[in-house]
Amino acid sequence: MTDILILMFSAVLIENYVFSKFLGICPFLGVSDKPSTALGMGLAVTFVMTISSAVTYGVYYLVLEPLKIEYLETIAFILIIAALVQLIEMFLRKFVPALYSALGIYLPLITTNCAVLGAAMLNIQEGHNFIESVIYGFSSAVGFTLAIVIFAGVRDRMRMSNPPKAFRGIPIALVAAGLIAMAFSGFMGISFS
Amino acid sequence: MEQLSQILIPVLCLAAIGGVLGLLLAIAGRKFAVKVDEKTAAVRKCLPGANCGGCGYAGCDAAAHAIAREGAKISICTVCGDEELKNIAEIMGVKAEKSVRYRAQVMCSGTPELSKKKYIYDGVSDCRTAVVMGGGDKICPNGCVGLGSCVKSCVFEAISIVNGVAVVDYEKCRGCGTCVATCPKHIIRLMPYDSTHWVGCCSVDKGAVTRTFCEVGCIGCRKCEKTCGTGAIKVDGFIASIDYDKCIDCGACAEVCPRHIIWSEDKQGRGRYIIDPSDLKASGSDA
Repeated sequence: MTDILILMFSAVLIENYVFSKFLGICPFLGVSDKPSTALGMGLAVTFVMTISSAVTYGVYYLVLEPLKIEYLETIAFILIIAALVQLIEMFLRKFVPALYSALGIYLPLITTNCAVLGAAMLNIQEGHNFIESVIYGFSSAVGFTLAIVIFAGVRDRMRMSNPPKAFRGIPIALVAAGLIAMAFSGFMGISFS
Repeated sequence: MEQLSQILIPVLCLAAIGGVLGLLLAIAGRKFAVKVDEKTAAVRKCLPGANCGGCGYAGCDAAAHAIAREGAKISICTVCGDEELKNIAEIMGVKAEKSVRYRAQVMCSGTPELSKKKYIYDGVSDCRTAVVMGGGDKICPNGCVGLGSCVKSCVFEAISIVNGVAVVDYEKCRGCGTCVATCPKHIIRLMPYDSTHWVGCCSVDKGAVTRTFCEVGCIGCRKCEKTCGTGAIKVDGFIASIDYDKCIDCGACAEVCPRHIIWSEDKQGRGRYIIDPSDLKASGSDA
């Protein structure tokens, strides 16, 4: 149990995907204009990452490993993630059209969100078992959501502020992202041995 | 045999995974199918699909939805011609209003020979970047920078830079207004497609000042205003402007303009003609 908790804690805060692994930067910058859309994106990514962690685990250990074609891991995982994203897109379009139009182009872009593929591949690399894989995928995505929502909040405030002309827009956003990443690096000192 | 299986197994395996996923998606697609509004789809078909945003909606899909379901005017699309407009009107069951086709016009005639520069710009080839540096390299604060931000912004590929000044190809231009919003100098305006006269200058400086840096800048002499029979052309703050509701394209103003910046064009010459400095000198623009 403690192992699971430690795994969750480190995936969310210590090894935050955005701020210490630098995965998933594209949606992090792209969809962080409003906290509400950022949260929607975070939830969509969480959904995809949790399920894809489970499915990729199954595919890897039930199909790829017995057939000794582990080297196909990347291509197979991308296939699965793409299909999952399609599925969630259909689902959202049917049941949550508001979120569907708010996410817009970024929803299909989850396909190429490296955080999703990163979680699936790290699960295999670190030798997680099934439960751990799902928990790891889920909590990494929670970490991503946390990062993107915090950042959206910061950007929301920033819109009111008055930075020098040359810094307006993306430049100041990148500076802010760097500062948040620096703050997150404070978690790296924590160890559970 | 072993070699064969080495190739076959991965291929078949991936194909199987793909097939299963495809099947799943097909089932899900059937299950989660969203009924697309027929009216919206029909209207969408009539729209040009360039997603230029000229109507103020997020794209042609959003505009179609607004027309079909939210009671937006059928004429919001500036890009649609009369033909498309008629089709949309038919779908919506309303009478087509007469649409005015607009085109963009760059209100500057200042080619490098005619308009003086204050420094040599050697930076990123983008007007918006150049304008940050002291308003661009031209002395004239309202002159075309000529680095083509509008060219890049145009989804219809209607703009090109000819002799240092942006020129709009009228046949390609659909009047969406994207370039108008892009131009950091705000010197691109929309004007009725059928009008053949415009003031090719945006300089609001005093006449004597404009004279110092540009051969073809409006000096606010009011000759055009006095000549105009319909009161369509007005000089306000050292710049002439034409009211297209009143203009009858008689061309009287173009004839009297001492700076030769009121452009008068026949249809054939449109979009290809750029002022020739030697012509200008010969006809005595210094007067």
